[in-house]
Amino acid sequence: MLKKTRITIAAAVMTLITLLFLDFTGTIRCWAGWTAKIQFLPALLALNIVVVAALIVLTLIFGRIYCSVVCPLGIMQDLISSLRKKKNRFSFSPEKKWLRYAVLAVFVLALILGVHALVALLAPYSSYGRIAQNLLCPVYEAGNNVLAAIAKHYGSYAFYSVDIWIRGIATFAVAVVTFVIIAILAWRNGRTYCNTICPVGTILSFFARFSWMKIRIDADKCRTCGKCSRNCKASCIDFKNMKVDYSRCVVCGNCLENCSFDALHYTRRPAAKPAEAPAETVPATDTGRRNFLVGTALAASSTLLAQEDKKVDGGLAVILDKQPPERTTPLTPPGSISAANLHRRCTACQLCISQCPNGVLRPSTDLMTLMQPFMSYEDGYCRPECNRCSSVCPTGAIQPLSLADKSSTQIGHAVWVGKNCIPLVDRVECGNCARHCPAGAIEMVPMNQADRNSLKYPVLNEARCIGCGACEYVCPARPFSAIYVEGHEVHKTI
Amino acid sequence: MANDINRRNFLKALGGGVVASSALLAACTGKDRKGAASQDAAAGQMTMRVNHNTGDKVGLLGYGMVRLPSQGRTIDQDMVNRQVDYAIEHGVNYFDTSPAYSQGLSERATGIALHRHPRDKYFIATKLSNFSASTQTREGSIAMFETSLKELQVDYIDYLLLHSIGGGNDAIAEFNQRFMDNGILDWLVEQKAIGRIRNLGFSYHGDIAVFDMLLKWMDEGRYHWDFVQVELNYLDWEWANEINRRNTDASYLYEELTKRSIPAVIMEPLLGGRLANVPEKVVQQMKQMRPEDSIASWAFRFAGSHENVLTVLSGMTYMEHLQENVKTFSPLDPLSEKEEKFLLTIAEDIYNLKDIPCNECNYCMPCPYGIDIPGIFSHYNKMNHEVNMPDKKQSPSYRKQRRAFLVGYDRSVPRLRQANHCVGCNQCSPHCPQRINIPRELRRIDTLVENLKRDGKVEDTTI
Repeated sequence: MLKKTRITIAAAVMTLITLLFLDFTGTIRCWAGWTAKIQFLPALLALNIVVVAALIVLTLIFGRIYCSVVCPLGIMQDLISSLRKKKNRFSFSPEKKWLRYAVLAVFVLALILGVHALVALLAPYSSYGRIAQNLLCPVYEAGNNVLAAIAKHYGSYAFYSVDIWIRGIATFAVAVVTFVIIAILAWRNGRTYCNTICPVGTILSFFARFSWMKIRIDADKCRTCGKCSRNCKASCIDFKNMKVDYSRCVVCGNCLENCSFDALHYTRRPAAKPAEAPAETVPATDTGRRNFLVGTALAASSTLLAQEDKKVDGGLAVILDKQPPERTTPLTPPGSISAANLHRRCTACQLCISQCPNGVLRPSTDLMTLMQPFMSYEDGYCRPECNRCSSVCPTGAIQPLSLADKSSTQIGHAVWVGKNCIPLVDRVECGNCARHCPAGAIEMVPMNQADRNSLKYPVLNEARCIGCGACEYVCPARPFSAIYVEGHEVHKTI
Repeated sequence: MANDINRRNFLKALGGGVVASSALLAACTGKDRKGAASQDAAAGQMTMRVNHNTGDKVGLLGYGMVRLPSQGRTIDQDMVNRQVDYAIEHGVNYFDTSPAYSQGLSERATGIALHRHPRDKYFIATKLSNFSASTQTREGSIAMFETSLKELQVDYIDYLLLHSIGGGNDAIAEFNQRFMDNGILDWLVEQKAIGRIRNLGFSYHGDIAVFDMLLKWMDEGRYHWDFVQVELNYLDWEWANEINRRNTDASYLYEELTKRSIPAVIMEPLLGGRLANVPEKVVQQMKQMRPEDSIASWAFRFAGSHENVLTVLSGMTYMEHLQENVKTFSPLDPLSEKEEKFLLTIAEDIYNLKDIPCNECNYCMPCPYGIDIPGIFSHYNKMNHEVNMPDKKQSPSYRKQRRAFLVGYDRSVPRLRQANHCVGCNQCSPHCPQRINIPRELRRIDTLVENLKRDGKVEDTTI
């Protein structure tokens, strides 16, 4: 019963949260956005006391069920582990206390000192987000594009095709490595990651030790056959001593199902004191080589894709790809309040990036802000009718923002680069930036003040500019736009 | 009727035995295929017109060698040969090319294909396409004419045209620069005198002042025009001027030519294919009246029904188009008075759709800023025809139409080539034979798209 309930809830949560990452149309976020917001670490960073308190109370009552039915990385490990059909493959191993606490200490320290990249690497929900965004999204989008091609063939507008692109190679590599390591650990020993490395698991284990409901062994019925231990993916049942390590038990219920003597129960009776067990070393895995190979193969295939893109059509002028300008201050999305707020709270789950419909958000490659989102306008700009990133962010790094508020939030200001501007370079009429500025911050002024019909160049009113990048995106100058947006460290309201 | 009887016979004979029935069929219909509509017109049935200047017997369907079959960027010469063979076999004998067509490869391909036939079996029409400054000198223009002879592998041209007069911002000045200041028109008249040109004429698009001037010269006896090539179809007949005030109705052009007994060669009978792709309502009406005829055949019959027309040009890229058109013209069934009235009524319907009158001739391309101008206009017109224009927010189908317009837009034109990237440099407009104010139309579409995008609901901001 426990196992069935667990699997049902886990399947539902996993499906929703995965779809949340995959759904580029932005429909699912309207009713599944909560699955990201109930994650422990994001809620903690968002100072969402209600969720954090609820999760702690939940753990105090039921034990670490969070790890079994809420955390997508945990559910992913169960999935991978269950693919291996071999029975009785686990065994009890004592708690690696020193490792767990060391990792937690490093994590807390990183959080306090603002070594964000380390926080992001260790955060379990974010690891799953990166895996979903980098590894699953391309597959999902490719499937969608096949449907779009079929729809196009039949003249239907039900599906539209989307660009499949790797947002950032560093983040992609991190996602691949994380996935490979966790997949191997899960394949071999079930929940090793959750019980030795995961900081959220360690935090919850403090509460789980004292949980009201627990798996308990009935000493009268137990024949110490060891079947429970051999099927415990958390390796937390010491059947010889009839003890369960509740700090590691994720309440999966597998032991209950496997006991032939009805000796195990999930009940609220008080338990005997847990005994300390001697430490053992973690099984080491050689994943380096495999990671390298996978990485190389993927890099090679992405180069091929890039070459295919550069096809030239007969009667069409070649369009150079735009290059991002070197912005002094990186652009952060409206709602993030300031670069500092984004930096402090973001766990780099990539949800905002996967939701951005305009190809604006992408993960940073800078070491200090590694994998956190920043904006660039080569493929699109921050359109006025969209505030998706702010609506999905679970950590409060990007805070909810209405469209009206967005239109008055200045995230940066445009800068004109005369030497690229085509009225000056090609001597042709343009004004595309002024035409597309949603804030009306650009005016075209004749170069020769005496002659009103002379070619015009753009003049900026920085006070009205909100930094959306429409001007930069539609600017015909290539590869560098003649007008680009410089970020503001702290966003202003105009 | 003959087909009906055959089918009935066939059904009757089916009981009697397949052998008997097929024998019967073979006897009655020659090469007709069982149960299929006839695609192939018999040779020798093409309607012919006589050019009273030279006595040329010209097939009423002329072959425009403008968009030749190609494989990638090279001409598919085998296919050109096959299609030319088929055309000649079925009475098409007027081949219209230009040094500018098919990215400059048309004359050579046409020459290769035609050279395999006796010289008296076909008429070649080519043009003096001296549009760029380098070919507007006397030497440049003469060299262009001589190159045409060489490429076409002939020593005389049957029909030579001053290519597309009436273009440019000042059409009279442009005409003078191309043909008068360099004395090239007089040189061409000399060439006609010595037999290297058999008929001298011009093709006209655009400013009516040049057309009127040239006909006045003929009235005054200064120059003689053996033929004139104009755009004529049931939409342009009465609506060309309404569609674009800078253009002239075909009815005026045709009457002016007929008055002077100048044979008219017809271009754009299908308006670049737009009259083969008419609104669904019109399709139903046409199919009700003539269920077995294609939509395009109506436009060809309209052009061909005018007695003073020498030939109706069609740029047939595919064998199927050639076969279908040959069928329409073998022989041409002239429009009845009722049918003509019907076409002029639906012309009004089509005009009222306010299409952008782009024929996708690609003369405006390539846009130096990479915009796919014909692609954008074609998408706009397609939406217009499918009655999918999301112009009324109150309409219950607005959301659906909005989606169709935006999804279809991204499908038809890559984002970087869409209207919002038009800088408005206006280098395209002077090249447009339909004289469309291209930047203005692009801006209009851009505004429409921008408004549609801003009207995105929470769940569909992507598109």
